[in-house]
This record gives sequence, C-alpha cells and structure tokens, in this order.
Amino acid sequence: MIKIQNVSKWYGSFQVLRHCSTSVAKGDVVVVCGPSGSGKSTLIKTINALEPFQEGEIWVEGTAVHDPKTDLPRLRARVGMVFQNFELFPHLSVTENLTLAQIKVLHRSKDDAVRKGLSYLERVGLSAHKDKYPAQLSGGQQQRVAIARALCMDPVVMLFDEPTSALDPEMVGEVLDVMTTLAAEGMTMLCVTHEMGFARRVSNRVIFMDQGSIVEDCTKDDFFGAEQSRSPRAQDFLAKILSH
Amino acid sequence: MNLDFSFYNWAIVSDYLLKGFIFSLKLTGSTTVFGILIGTLLALAKLSKHAWLSRPAILYINLMRAIPLVMLILWFYLLVPLMLGRPIGAEPSAYITFTAFEAAFFAEIIRSGIQALPPGQSMAGLALGMSPLQTMRLIVLPQALRHMIPVLLTQVIILFQDTSLVYAIGAYDLLKGFETLGKNFGRPVEAYLLAAAVYFLVCFLLARCILFVKLRLSVKGLAHD
Ligand SMILES: Nc1ncnc2c1ncn2[C@@H]1O[C@H](COP(=O)(O)OP(=O)(O)O)[C@@H](O)[C@H]1O
Ligand SMILES: [Mg+2]
Repeated sequence: MIKIQNVSKWYGSFQVLRHCSTSVAKGDVVVVCGPSGSGKSTLIKTINALEPFQEGEIWVEGTAVHDPKTDLPRLRARVGMVFQNFELFPHLSVTENLTLAQIKVLHRSKDDAVRKGLSYLERVGLSAHKDKYPAQLSGGQQQRVAIARALCMDPVVMLFDEPTSALDPEMVGEVLDVMTTLAAEGMTMLCVTHEMGFARRVSNRVIFMDQGSIVEDCTKDDFFGAEQSRSPRAQDFLAKILSH
Repeated sequence: MNLDFSFYNWAIVSDYLLKGFIFSLKLTGSTTVFGILIGTLLALAKLSKHAWLSRPAILYINLMRAIPLVMLILWFYLLVPLMLGRPIGAEPSAYITFTAFEAAFFAEIIRSGIQALPPGQSMAGLALGMSPLQTMRLIVLPQALRHMIPVLLTQVIILFQDTSLVYAIGAYDLLKGFETLGKNFGRPVEAYLLAAAVYFLVCFLLARCILFVKLRLSVKGLAHD
C-alpha cells in the first residue's frame, strides 16, 4: 500500500534521509522511533509530500509521490496527518475545523460534512464541544479533534508525528486510546512516537531510525523480544527510553 | 495673546468644515479598503517563490516607502495630466496616490503577519488536501489579518493624519476647511487650535477602537501577545 524505495534527502549539504526503504501493508500499524533529529518527522512527511526529497521513490496506493506530475492535493486528501502541536485552525470552531476540508477539497455538501464531522467527534468523545474554539479545549481534547478532522477525509492511511509529545502526562492516555481503537478497526497507521507501551500493545512493526537511516525494521516481537539481536544503537535507545 | 472663539457657531460647521471632513473620511476609508486589498496582493507577490512576482513587488514596496507621500501626491497631480494630455483633478489624484502609497505599507504589515504565523498551520492545510492558494485564503490570511488588526488600525490613524497633505494640490479636506475659516474670520490661530482638537478627537476614538479590538482578540485566544 505504501512503498518507500531508497529515499534520500538533503538540506544543502546535510543529508537528513539516507537510502530509506520500507513498505507498509494495509492494516499495518508501524511505530517509528529513534533519537531526536534522526529524521523521523522528515521521513513520514515525505509520504504525503509535505517534505520533498531528491532521490528515491514513494508509492501510495499506486500514486507516485516522487513524480512531479502527481496531483499532490489529491494525494494528501487521502493521507491523514496528525501533528505534534495539533494544528487545529484557531479562527474556526471545532465543527468548522472538521468540515472545512470536506467541503473545500472533497466538495461535500455542508450537511453531509457536518454529519460526518459530528459522527467522528462523537467517536473521540467530544460531541459536547462542537461549537467551541480550539483555544477553549485542553491539549488532549485538541489532539482528539485533530484526529477526527483527519478521519473525516476517509484517509487510506493515517500518519502521526509524535501525537502525544506536546501533551501533559495525564492527557496522553486519552489520545492513545483513540489511536488504539483506530488500529483495532483496521486503520493503516504510521506513528512516530516514543510511547513504547503503545508500540508493544498496538503496533505490529517497529522502525528504528538513527542519523537519517532506517537501522531496524522488524516485527514488534523481534524488536522487544530479541533485544540483544538489535543493533547497539537501538539497544541503547531502548534502554534509555524504557528506564523512564 | 487673546484667543477669541466668538466667531464660532454651528453654521460654520456646514459652511466650512463638513465638506472637508467628509472628504478626509472618504479618502481615509477608500484608501484603507483598497490599500489593504492591493497590499494583500503585494504581500503575496513578495512572498511568492516566483521571481517574476516577488521582484516587482519588492521593487514597488521599497520605492513607495522611499518617497515622501507629499512628493508622490505632487508628482502625480502635475505629471500624469501632462502624460494624459488632460487634467485629472485634485480629488481623483488624491484617491489614486494615497491608495498606491498606503498599499505598500499595508503590504509590509500583512507580510509580517503572514510570516509570524507558525508554519504548522499551512502545513495542516496542505495535509488536508487544500491547494496552496486555498491554504493561504482559508487558513493563513484570516489569521494573519486578525492578528494584524491593531497594527492596521494604527496605520489608518497615521493615514487619517496624512490626508492633510492634500493641501499640496489644493484639495478641500478638513484642514483646508479650518484654514479657510481662519482666514475669512481673521482668526487663524483659533481655527488651527480647533483643527488640532478635532484631529485629536478622531485619532483618539480610533485608538480606543484598537484597544477594544485587542481585548476582543485576547478573549478569543487569537492574540499574539
Ligand atoms: N528546514 C530545515 N533545514 C535544515 N535542517 C533541517 C530542517 N528541518 C529539519 N532539519 C534537520 O533535519 C534533521 C531531522 O529532523 P527531523 O526529521 O525533524 O527529526 P526527528 O523528527 O527525528 O526529530 C534534524 O537534524 C534537523 O535539524
Ligand atoms: Mg520530529
């Protein structure tokens, strides 16, 4: 469903991504982890072409992301993305946040868009807040709205870039719960996260990145089970993160 | 010095002042509306990654900001009729020059407003499948303009004060009204004192508007600071 082949990217002379290759099948839940600055955000943003790359190929359900002729807005409309800082639109109400792209991009009628938006809002448990503005919600609530907003577009895959890193600890759980439910329903997901509990319980694969390279790409059981057969860097990373 | 305001009566308002006041307000109003519209386009052009858009915009903005407004008013009033072969009149020249000049200032305000917005906002718009233009129109500009309202209104205050520069081409604005009044009654000092009071009052009221808007924005959690 997603195929990443030999992708490299440079900022000037600095190489952010080094020959990254992997693939994601329908229904996969892949956790991407690694030290800060290792290129995780950059890699998942190449999938919906928010980050251009100079070398390699990426295919999303048959669409060639690397092809300059590809209709990028159309590709992005099918790829849901959730950001570390939520990025709800602060000048719009929750309902407007949920319906704007449905109306402007998918050309749904306002009624249909609102119906869909409210049904997803209910699924993330925030129906009561439909008329509020983002600033009136807690961080955890904002991130749940952001997930609902992405789901409204009927995405074929959801990308999460550290969705819980900006949250107070007591709100991490509510966002992970929504993601867990989503995974259980069969959504294809790529999650950059350091929540190793989530990786253990929910993911089926783990990618470990370091200095722009994919160092480990294995099943969850291999990653956590056969720890000593991991690369020294991954072992080091795991030791640090699990000791917290 | 003896001040004598005994010449003052309500008739002078309609005889001397109203016409000029209305012109000053109309000039301020239309320059604000068209200046912000053209200023927005200039700001977008300046931020464009296409050099054929950004270069002319940068040139225009820098040029306008380097010329004193009163010179622009005079040149336009004197030179353009020479090129057209017929006079254009003081008021139309004032409308055109003010809009052309202020657009450059509004453009810089709006550009900084656009750039002050966290980049994640337009990324979120793009990620939802919006085109760059839709993202600008639906996500970035509405927020940038809202943040910019206090600064834009401050520019409007300066603009209202600057409308008195049309004296250079003899248009009848508020200040001209007071000047004529002073001459006709032989009381120029009193007339200019009254003028100062009226300019102060209008600017003071506009400044109160800014405070009010700032308050509203911070209540909605939209303010920057
Ligand atoms: N616009 C940019 N210009 C130059 N370097 C950048 C830019 N964006 C990110 N980088 C660098 O690229 C590297 C990878 O960044 P990122 O993908 O955000 O890492 P991660 O998400 O794993 O923390 C970092 O070293 C970062 O400093
Ligand atoms: Mg990151």
